[in-house]
Parts: sequence; structure tokens; C-alpha cells
Amino acid sequence: MESVNTSEQIGTPWVKIRDMHFQRGSKSIFRGINMDIPKGQVTTIMGPSGTGKTTLLKLIGGQLKPSKGVIEVDGQNVPRLSRNKLYELRKSMGMLFQSGALLTDLTVFDNVAFPVREHTNLPESLIRHLVLMRLHAVGLRGARDLFPAELSGGMARRVALARALILDPTMIMYDEPFTGQDPISMGVLLDLIQTVNRALGLTSIIVSHDLHESMSISDFVVIVSDGQVIESGSPEQLRASSSAWVQQFLNGAADGPVPFQLDAPDYRDDLLGVVNKTAGINAMGKS
Amino acid sequence: MIDLFARFGRSWLQLFERLGRAHLFLMQIIIGLPALFGRWYLLIKQLYATGVMTLLIILVSGLFVGMVLALQGYNSLVRFSAEEALGQFVALVLFRELAPVLTALLFAGRAGSAMTSEIGLMKATEQLAGLEMMAVDPYQRVYAPRLLAGFIAVPALTAMFGAVAILGGHLVGVEMLGVDAGAYWSQMQSEVSFRHDVLSGMLKALVFGFVICWIAIFEGADCIPTSEGVSSATTHTVVYSSLAVLGLDFVLTALMF
Amino acid sequence: MNSRSVEILVGVFMALFLAAMAFLVLKASNLTSLSGNQGYELSAYFENIGGLRARAPVTAGGVRVGQVSRIEYDAETFQAKVTLSIDEQYSSFPEDTTASIYTAGLLGEQYIGLEPGAEDVVLMPNDEITLTQSALVLERLIGQVLLNR
Repeated sequence: MESVNTSEQIGTPWVKIRDMHFQRGSKSIFRGINMDIPKGQVTTIMGPSGTGKTTLLKLIGGQLKPSKGVIEVDGQNVPRLSRNKLYELRKSMGMLFQSGALLTDLTVFDNVAFPVREHTNLPESLIRHLVLMRLHAVGLRGARDLFPAELSGGMARRVALARALILDPTMIMYDEPFTGQDPISMGVLLDLIQTVNRALGLTSIIVSHDLHESMSISDFVVIVSDGQVIESGSPEQLRASSSAWVQQFLNGAADGPVPFQLDAPDYRDDLLGVVNKTAGINAMGKS
Repeated sequence: MIDLFARFGRSWLQLFERLGRAHLFLMQIIIGLPALFGRWYLLIKQLYATGVMTLLIILVSGLFVGMVLALQGYNSLVRFSAEEALGQFVALVLFRELAPVLTALLFAGRAGSAMTSEIGLMKATEQLAGLEMMAVDPYQRVYAPRLLAGFIAVPALTAMFGAVAILGGHLVGVEMLGVDAGAYWSQMQSEVSFRHDVLSGMLKALVFGFVICWIAIFEGADCIPTSEGVSSATTHTVVYSSLAVLGLDFVLTALMF
Repeated sequence: MNSRSVEILVGVFMALFLAAMAFLVLKASNLTSLSGNQGYELSAYFENIGGLRARAPVTAGGVRVGQVSRIEYDAETFQAKVTLSIDEQYSSFPEDTTASIYTAGLLGEQYIGLEPGAEDVVLMPNDEITLTQSALVLERLIGQVLLNR
């Protein structure tokens, strides 16, 4: 499994990750991963659960620091930035959390207005305009006086998208935006992500394992597994990939290069109790 | 056997590691405090959440504590025909010990636990991470106002507790048991020194408020972001801050009186 | 809960705080010790101070005029040196004023009573009151009664 340097396949990379290592406790999550994310396009990062896709977004956003390596966003090495520079950079990044991460003590309107109020001294009338524009774009102008607890999951994500857009970012990261959505709100979100990307020329990064939905709106797909990039390219290129692993992932086959069975002693021996190594069998023998 | 020692050592190391983190955390909050200038609405909101929400329980408990003190004090003093000293007795016990300590304990149970669970839930629902990604520093925006609010609210509540308890003592001592009202108040006034008794009590309250909020905020921000994590952090807040209040009370009393 | 009512309630809260403080200052305690350093000091030596403690009241004619600020043991005279802090407005005690240690009630707290003499010369700050009368120690009194019988 060699990592693929993708810079020849795409234009200017907006996010550039080079030889990045990250560990959580003693478990190493990324081992020298390289990745390029093209500017102004929708990139989906896919991979099996537990490969650290959300962690990758946090690393790009500077919330976590890699143990080694370079993460460049717009030419700035995120892990090395001073706190002020990092906060300045984050103003140009939007991030959509899985739960929406709306502030529960503020109304929808105040939530969307929050970044503007925090970072600028704009007059209230102008803020109102900005907020209503974003809320209109996500179709929730009517929900402005509701509290986050009164919103459905899909609506909360749309509000969070409106909030992420309020400072006119150059890049938006979506953490599992489609998980647990009914078909209609999934469609709404897909449509929104695409529209926002086309209309504003944003660099969008989606972390998802809703394969077909995210493939349908992506310009570029990166598949990550086991701390490495397995394959990357346009959706068409991936579908045509010769790698058995990629084919198994894309088709969702139960067995293949990623085995259905976790490593275990021989099934027959296990049932007959011949293999006496596991603690469970020992314990049962004693009781 | 070696294993036992290793485990013992490890738990100590973990304790010190956590203590160190708590101090770094506190330092970052203090650095974040000046950002509150010009954003007093954050402080007001927290004063509401801590002070106003704890007010009722403080007033009610203060009244009853004052009444019980008067009753107990009267029963003891009357044996020496010294019931005139009731006012002095009630006021001294209150200002020096009971008002700051009981207020702090009630505050830890009411506002401290709420603070921990609120921050813990903010962590669990990614609100804190969301703030960071919006380039808003949670230390300035979330933690600093809470610390300052506790710093103000506990002494304020202590003063109110003391005042109400003295009125409660008056109610029982003078109205019910028939101690002379003039004696009750004049003994109190002549024997209770504002600087030595009242202000020392307030100083205690200031320290308690600070420590409780520190523990509460740290426990919330340091919790495991699951529902069990938040609930155990809340329990820890109440236990640790109660112990801290009682321990510090001893130290402060030894230093002051 | 909108922000207006939050503000009002916090305002009420702070007003209650100030009211409670005012109550504690005016009704439930005395501020004399806070302004105590505005007075002047006199010293007096006693053979035995009994149960006298710092901050005990100093009275003249039964009226409180100050308090005991320090009690030390003077190793040269083998006596207790008591420093009295007298309020400013009582500044004309004659030189032959007597300081005695009394007990309020049979078992009450001990205090210092000043009985002004007749001299024209007035005690100046940091002067010593030479005429003193030690505390009445109950045990000693009882002992004397028993011995003299």
C-alpha cells in the first residue's frame, strides 16, 4: 500500500499534507500520510470506520497537533502557527460538525450571527442582513427564533452550515454530514453543499462513508485506510481502479481484502475447545 | 507485589499529572480574563446562572441556620444566665465560619455541579470544538466569565446568608424566646468587629468561590465527553470542591484568627 | 429568559448584596477597629492581667473609649505590658489616671477601666499610665480567703 502523491492529478493544492504521523495514546492513527486537496473543488475523504477521518479534519483545523510532519493550508504550516495566526487562519475555515455544534443557549439567529459578533464590530442592522441571507440560502429563515433543541438533526446541520458560511470562508470541512439523515434532508444537504461550492468557489472537504451520495457531488475522492492513502482520484478513476481493496470498499462487499473475520483461532478447534488459549474458555473451565 | 507498587505509583503520577494540568488550565483562564473587558454581558449571564439561581436556596438555608443557631445558643447560654450574649454568639459563629462555609457548600452543589455538567455537555456536543474552529477561544468566552462570576457570587451570597441568618436569629431569639432586642443587637454590634470578623469571613468566601469554580470548570473541560463522563465529572466537582472548602477553611481559620 | 430580564435580576442580586453588606456594617458589627489606627496609643504595666485579651474594650466612666491593641510580656520588669488604643476624641486623660482590669459580670470578659485623676498635665500619645491595678484573679482571692481564716 504505497501512498499516492496526487499533485500531478490536480491543480493547486489548497491543503498539503506531507509525511504526517499522528498517535493517540499508543495507537498510531496516521503513519506518514501524504495528501493533496485541490482548491475550489469538493473533495471527499472516505475510508472504513476508525481510520481517523474526523481526526484528520481536526488536524487540518489545528485542534490536534501531529507528532511529525507538515500540514499546510494555503501555504501555512498549521502545526507550527502561533496561536494568533492559527485563530486568524481559522476565520477563513468553516467546519461543520456532525452534531452541528450549535450553541444551545442561543437562538438560531444568534448562533449564525455569533462569529460576526465575535470578530467584527458591524452594526446590528448589517448583521441582520448577513444572517438572514445565510439563513435564506439554507432555507431556514423561518427558524430564526427557534433554539437548537427545537431543530431536527438535518435542520441543525443546515443552521451550522449557515453559521460556517457567515464569515465568507475559503474552505469548509464537513464531518459526516449525511450520517443519520432521512433521504429528503440528505438530498437537501447534498444540494446545499454542491450549490455553496459552485456559487462561492469554496474548497470543500467532506468526511463521509456514505459512498454514493458523496461520490455524486465530489470532484476528487481520497480513500484512507490504516493510516495511509490507499487511492485517490476523480470518482470515475476510482470506479475504474484495479485495486481489489478499492473495489471491495466501493461495492461494499462483505469479504475481500478486508476480511470478514477478525484474526481468530481455527473455528473448528475453537468450538471443540482444543485451543485453550483464550481467557473465556479458561474461565468457563474453572466455574 | 511489584505490580501493586507500580499501580500505586501510577495512580500518584496520574494525580500529579492532572493537578499540573489543572494549574496550567487555571493560568490560561487568568490570561483570558482581560478579554472580558467590554464584554460584560458574558459576566452578567454567568452571574445570573451562578448567583441569582443560587439565591433562593441560600436565603432559605440562611434563615433556618440563623434560627437553629439562636435556639441552640439560647439553650446553652441560658444556663449561665448569659442569654444577652445571644446576638454576639450568633453573629460570630456566622461570620467566621458558617456563612462562608455553608454558602460555599451549597454553591458547589447548586452552581458548581451545574457549571461542570454544562461545560461537559458543551464538550460532548462539540460546542467547545466548534467555538475553537470559529476562532473563538473557549478560555476567554466560556471559562473566564464563569470563574469571575463565582469569584463575585460567593462573597455576595455569603453576605446575604449572614444578613438573613442574623434576622432568623432575631426571629427566634427575640420574638420567640424573649431575649431583649436591645441586648441582642447591641451585644452583636459591640463585640463583632467588621474588619476581623465580617471581612475575614468574606475573604474566606472569596477564596472558596474561586476554588469551587476552578474545580467545576476544570472538571467540565477535562471530562470524558460521554454521558457517563459528564455525570462522573459532576459528582467529582461536588465531592472535590466540598473537600477543598472544608480543608481550606481550616487553613484559613488557622491563619486568620 | 431574555437578556433584559437577566440583566434586571442580576441588578437586583447585586443590590441585595450591597444591602446585605450595609446591614452587616451598620447593624451587626462595628467599624471602630477599621478606623482604629486613627486613635493614639497609651501603655500600662500590670502585675497580672488575668484573662485580658487583645481587642478587649477600654472604658472610662463605663463608656467605651478604645480597645486593647497589644499585650506583651516585658522581660525586664517581669510585668505585662498592655498597649491601649484610645479613640482620637478622648484625648485629655490626666497624668494620674488609673488603669484597672475589671471583669464584666462574675464570669464575663475582662476589660480595662480608666479612672481619670485630678492633674492638669494631660497624657500624651505613647505615654505610660503609671497607676495600674491588676486583675482580680478569682483563684488567688479564694486562696487568700482560705489562708487568712
